[in-house]
Amino acid sequence: MKRVLSRIFTADHRTLGVYYLYLALAAVTVGTILSLMMRVHRVWPNIIIPFVGVVKPEDYLAMVTMHGTLMVFFVLTTAPQSGFANLVLPAQIGARKMAFPRINGAGFWLSVVAFLVLISGAHITGGAAISGWSSYPPLSALPNSGPGQGLGMDLWLISIGIFCIASWLSAVNMLATILGERRAGMTWSRLPMTVWAWLVTSILTLLVFAVLLAAVILLFSDRHFGSSFFIPMGDMIDGRVVGRGDGSPLLWLHLFWFFGHPEVYIAVLPGMGLATSLFANFTRRRVPGYRVMAGMLVAIGLLGLVVWGHHMFVSGMNPYAGTAFALTTMAIAVPSTIEVIGWLCMLWGGGLNLRTPMLFALGFLSFFIAGGLTGPLLAQPALDAYLHNTFFVVAHFHLVMAMAGIFSVFAGIYYWFPLITGRMMNETLGKLHFWISLIAAYGTFLPMHFAGLAGEPRHYDRLTGPAIGFPSLIPVERGITYSGALLAAAQLIFLWNVFASARRGRIADENPWQAATLEWANGTAPKRVERGPYDYDLPSGGGGFHPQWECPAQQE
Amino acid sequence: MPATFTRHQQVDIERKDTGIGGKPPLIHRPTGGGGDGENWENHSEGNHGPRELLIRYRLGVFFALAGDLMFFIALVSAFFVRQSTGHFDVHNNYITDWRALPIPHILWFNTAVLLLSGLTIEMARRQLFHEIDVMEEWLGLGRPAVKRAAPWLAATLALGLTFLAGQWIAWLQLVHEGYHFLSIDPSSHFFYLITGIHGLHLILGIFALVAALIGLFALKKVEFRQIAVDCVAWYWHAMSFFWVFLFVLLVFFQ
Repeated sequence: MKRVLSRIFTADHRTLGVYYLYLALAAVTVGTILSLMMRVHRVWPNIIIPFVGVVKPEDYLAMVTMHGTLMVFFVLTTAPQSGFANLVLPAQIGARKMAFPRINGAGFWLSVVAFLVLISGAHITGGAAISGWSSYPPLSALPNSGPGQGLGMDLWLISIGIFCIASWLSAVNMLATILGERRAGMTWSRLPMTVWAWLVTSILTLLVFAVLLAAVILLFSDRHFGSSFFIPMGDMIDGRVVGRGDGSPLLWLHLFWFFGHPEVYIAVLPGMGLATSLFANFTRRRVPGYRVMAGMLVAIGLLGLVVWGHHMFVSGMNPYAGTAFALTTMAIAVPSTIEVIGWLCMLWGGGLNLRTPMLFALGFLSFFIAGGLTGPLLAQPALDAYLHNTFFVVAHFHLVMAMAGIFSVFAGIYYWFPLITGRMMNETLGKLHFWISLIAAYGTFLPMHFAGLAGEPRHYDRLTGPAIGFPSLIPVERGITYSGALLAAAQLIFLWNVFASARRGRIADENPWQAATLEWANGTAPKRVERGPYDYDLPSGGGGFHPQWECPAQQE
Repeated sequence: MPATFTRHQQVDIERKDTGIGGKPPLIHRPTGGGGDGENWENHSEGNHGPRELLIRYRLGVFFALAGDLMFFIALVSAFFVRQSTGHFDVHNNYITDWRALPIPHILWFNTAVLLLSGLTIEMARRQLFHEIDVMEEWLGLGRPAVKRAAPWLAATLALGLTFLAGQWIAWLQLVHEGYHFLSIDPSSHFFYLITGIHGLHLILGIFALVAALIGLFALKKVEFRQIAVDCVAWYWHAMSFFWVFLFVLLVFFQ
């Protein structure tokens, strides 16, 4: 019994990494099913959906909330950061184990508890919370303001509170590991770019999840202890005044988005680090301007801390503050563009070796550019006033955060799969998965820009009502739904590929991608690291490379 | 001629990391002539000695406290925002429901007690890093550091409990004056929330102190005794620092 328990509650970072990926898989499955139900409901509002029946407006809002919360917290925060970092980070810096293996394990199991608390919200009377993943008060501050706002909202708050503590524990462990456990000679300029990304995301996690936890506690106090941090005077429900003080909903917005915007970078920075590594690996070239590329990752993280106001242009915030936030937001385009230029430099004239991980990294790049280009548009307060609550925003963040993030997760899984199972994933199925996903993802999210420009609002459960223009959007909606279904179906190929390859895949070589970073050293790591992580592109030619575990004595 | 045996390959003699216990747990590592111990490039091969272990735990505590500091900063910024929010009445006057809270005078006494406890725990911490005592403990000749640190730790424990009792009395006084947590007043909400959460941190600190005190006698290795006391001390210092920051907020920015 004790042995079984100690195997389940393991402190081994590689096992925990795989566990994190399983957690993300569970969350992404639920989240995807929810999004399919929403898409079906938008096109055929009166259809009966299995287990749900006819979707009522509040059900639709509950689906939106759960979809957003699951995807942002339990997929895009866990998989790229905790999942992959647990799998390879200690190996990449030449450490035997994490600095605090047990704290690391506690972080994972608290995440699982948070996940279970969150999805239990769907099974209670009243259903899950309906106020979106950002839970704006006063809707979220008063238990009788909607069907899911009683116990459902409490469960949401408890779940997120636990998740904050879990992330805080993991971040402490990750930072102590990166700073203290590097092998001798593993200097800052010899760190793989993924480690740089995880360093930045861990710092962000440490700083912003604490703020979210404070906000969640204040909101919980508003709901149960009669305080009025966020409830404004004169707030009305059903024609009755329920407000009881001069609370400020805007205060929640500030606290939440101070967390919420860096959260986006927590989701996407590991993808940027991984893409850099993969481009170097599959084009057999060094990273141009390594210091600049690493520095820009840090710059994006730091700038990400001062742009939260651009989520609040239409919230009644002081317009001068809006201008300031518009400036900082556009400033983020500079380091992002430098990163993109660095990647394009690597790709330009590099020997493109289009294996599946490389394809997904290129897909990441494509979404990062396509979704990123609408960022500076939305950073204009005047434009945002029109676009803010439309599908344009939905399209923007699904491309730049969701699709870019998830494609980087796929790239990571295809790339590191041999490390987990000792087998390769099937290339043909992988390429099929990539091309269908790429086309279907663009087919799903590109038309949303046009729907948003035409004024289609977010969070509305159906396109009926007095507005004349909306019925003309129905064909676009239908196309988006078909495309979304195709996108979801393509993931079945991936699942099949994972489970079939884990059992019957081709046995992997020791270093299947001819990579130079230490996770492929296979136990031959040296006492001192003497070289950089991307020593490809040798003057001697012939595709040679110097892996990081090679000693200088072996050079000739 | 005696038989000789020639190795063709040069064999690397693998020098095992001596690990913990191989080196005395001193802050200054003897580096020999001319070497500087802080240069990463000059590090010796094994870097898993006692000093690295101490640094690892210290780093963990510092990072955890950095997150905690952000948590309190968020509360404090909420305090300032909430203080200024209000609404316009029918005559277009800006009205806010903020009432300054009469801060119980006992808080001054509590603050003094907490600052004093910071001194005592620093004394306890320093006892464990006196080079001559550490060497004596490390060689197994006696436990002078434990003997000297334990009273200071016990004093800190007493002062910490006094502080918590004082905070409780402050709450009782406020309730007596009609400022309940469940009343409608935003400033009293903040007062209870801030002192309550800080008190919760201190209760955790008390548990950690007790654990360190037990560890001082139960832990077999001087390295681990150092780590236990050192980490608790840094946590405790941070809580004193946070309290001064919160106390100034509560007293001077009502």
